Amino acid sequence: MSPVKEPSANPLTLKERMKVPRQHMPEQSAGLRIMNFTEVNLGYSEELAKQEALRCLECAKATCVEHCPVGVKVKDFVRLIVEGKFLEAAAKIREDNVLPAITGRVCPQEDHCEGACLLHKKVESLGVGYLERFVADFEQRMNAPMPPNAPATGKKIAIVGSGPAGLSAAGDLVQRGHQVHVFEALHEIGGVLVYGIPEFRLPKQVIRQQIGKMREMGVEFETNVVVGKTVSIDELFGEEGYHAVFIATGAGLPVFLNIPGEHLNGVYSANEFLTRINLMHAYEFPSYDEPMVDLREKHVAVIGGGNTALDAIRSARRLGAEKAYVIYRRSETEMPARIEEVKHAKQEGIEIRVLTNPVDFLDDGRGWLKGARCVQMELGEPDASGRRRPIPIAGSEFEVPLQVAIIATGTSANPLIQSTTPGLKTNKWGYIEASGETQRTSRKGVFAGGDIVTGAATVILAMGAGRRAAQSIHEFLTTGEW
Amino acid sequence: MFKILSAAQIAPGIKRFVIEAPRIARKHEAGQFLILRLDEHGERIPLTIESADAELGTISIVVQAVGKTTHQLNALDPGDSIQDVVGPLGKPSEIKNFGTVVIVGGGVGTALAYPTTAALKHAGNRILTILGGRNRDLVILEDEMRALSDVLYVTTDDGSYGQKGLVTDKLRELMAGEEHIAMVLAVGPVPMMKAVADLTRDTSIRTVVSLNPIMIDGTGMCGGCRVLVGGKSQFACVDGPEFEAHEVNFEVLMQRNKMYRDAEKRSLEEYQRVLRENEPSVCLVGGGKS
Repeated sequence: MSPVKEPSANPLTLKERMKVPRQHMPEQSAGLRIMNFTEVNLGYSEELAKQEALRCLECAKATCVEHCPVGVKVKDFVRLIVEGKFLEAAAKIREDNVLPAITGRVCPQEDHCEGACLLHKKVESLGVGYLERFVADFEQRMNAPMPPNAPATGKKIAIVGSGPAGLSAAGDLVQRGHQVHVFEALHEIGGVLVYGIPEFRLPKQVIRQQIGKMREMGVEFETNVVVGKTVSIDELFGEEGYHAVFIATGAGLPVFLNIPGEHLNGVYSANEFLTRINLMHAYEFPSYDEPMVDLREKHVAVIGGGNTALDAIRSARRLGAEKAYVIYRRSETEMPARIEEVKHAKQEGIEIRVLTNPVDFLDDGRGWLKGARCVQMELGEPDASGRRRPIPIAGSEFEVPLQVAIIATGTSANPLIQSTTPGLKTNKWGYIEASGETQRTSRKGVFAGGDIVTGAATVILAMGAGRRAAQSIHEFLTTGEW
Repeated sequence: MFKILSAAQIAPGIKRFVIEAPRIARKHEAGQFLILRLDEHGERIPLTIESADAELGTISIVVQAVGKTTHQLNALDPGDSIQDVVGPLGKPSEIKNFGTVVIVGGGVGTALAYPTTAALKHAGNRILTILGGRNRDLVILEDEMRALSDVLYVTTDDGSYGQKGLVTDKLRELMAGEEHIAMVLAVGPVPMMKAVADLTRDTSIRTVVSLNPIMIDGTGMCGGCRVLVGGKSQFACVDGPEFEAHEVNFEVLMQRNKMYRDAEKRSLEEYQRVLRENEPSVCLVGGGKS
């Protein structure tokens, strides 16, 4: 363990810090929260935040920072919390992350900062996400002004997509004095943050506040524009006069299982199911016009083990599903979802059926789903992803009665932009080819990042790509070199 | 916000709107559609684009009042605005000189067929048009279509206009005739498109239909508009809306279109009940644009 070198405001010795338990995040009880869509986690108080911050060992070699995709200076902002300088802590995060209230809530910290935390070797890791959320919410309550932007450069940048990659790039670029215009295909700003992640995990109010801050910084937003259809990339450079374009359109088309019965009524893609709820407020029908299937007293299963799967099934539970299952073909260890989501889901009475795979959706005779025929799986040798490959066990088939099934097994590349942009190279899966360092594509002045380059990943990885793109766009616009 | 410039009743329950939407007007090609949302609480619905004027920056749509949203929309007047309009979406129609093309338009489907017919005519095709409706009032755009057609036929279910019968009766006659038909484009209610597909299935006549399934985002993201085409899932919003008719599984399409029938009915009834309840107070307030 590296000793503390700089003078610290933390009065505790390293030994004492390790004795302080990780501060529990106050949350709504499971019994209460399955009746509502309000946020599960209630947030740290100042006291809890300070207490948690005291646990930081202030390592000389801060592995937490190295493991953050956007490089948030964790050690520095945590130290400012210890000193009670919450606004300064928020400003410190903002140097690297323009959406702290969002990442503080949805980032899989266990894969990044918290996973790399030295405390984790002996005790529980530092609650970096909880602390980030605390200072971001504090900053919002104080209505702290945004730092001034650099002098105007006269350069115009179009950002295609207002999800985490686009927003992250927009924030960095506007601070550097560029004129930034974000195009969004839907009627609301935020991309997956608004259509994909439910209210109980990331309240819309938080997103709107963060977007409001970006508007305050000078970022322009335009909804209802499908780049590739409403306007082409060439037109953005041509008559619209942009100097650079960043494509951040996200993951794209939902993948189906290609098994019989997938067209039955009651079978949804997770994207559709979540979009109806989150973007269209279908759960408030008929006050909102978009309908959805009534889930009260129904048996509902989600197929898949990622965050999207858990968001969908936890939403179904809140909408009255009597039985709610996660059906996942590998074991719980391989589930890609955040640990906290799995814990919350179990508390909410969601049954996780691992090593199970549906092979057939069953028709009730009237075109509606009545169940899924599933097969039991066992784990074989590791596959290309490094995870042990699931293999069906012969003769193990059984039926699960279901009225609604939600498929959350991934997405494939949306070809809308690639097919209308000559010279833009894609890989064999149709994702846009872009440098991992500079996010440059095969077209001069065009950058791409986030899920449209990597395939479905996380909010924070997309934001990392946005940051790299912003840096690289800034260099391109300053030097003119490609 | 997207401003309504004109709104004209063209048949009972059917209105044509001209809307200010310069970006869409500039890019629209025959066969494409748009998605609109009336207000903050509105649903997103796909509608076909009837025409576009790039210079004026306007587009027109033809709307039949069926559910709550289309009833609400048809209650709007010039000067009113629609909160969100996005497009043009979907692949444009394939336009080339096929030879003789039969256009079958049923009800408001004719509005979608109109720009494609114009483009096909311009490409040198001989155009035989069959317009159908339940009765005379529901045969729309007759003059416009007649101007594009070499021959135009009208059928009505009740015989109140044109030939009594279905569009497929007339199509069967044309198929039995001397003239070689290269292609049929059918746009209208799903049962009509299915009947056309069944009629031409055993012939060499290429048949294309334009589908309008349940849809939300219109960019391929949600997969709600999936249709079974050639045994495979296709998304009407990005792979369509036009598909080879003989490949389309119409039963699945009809079944999926019924998914929200109860909710749609409830939504419309609730809307009409509120309208009725508010009627007297609207009169008392008076004035305004009405």
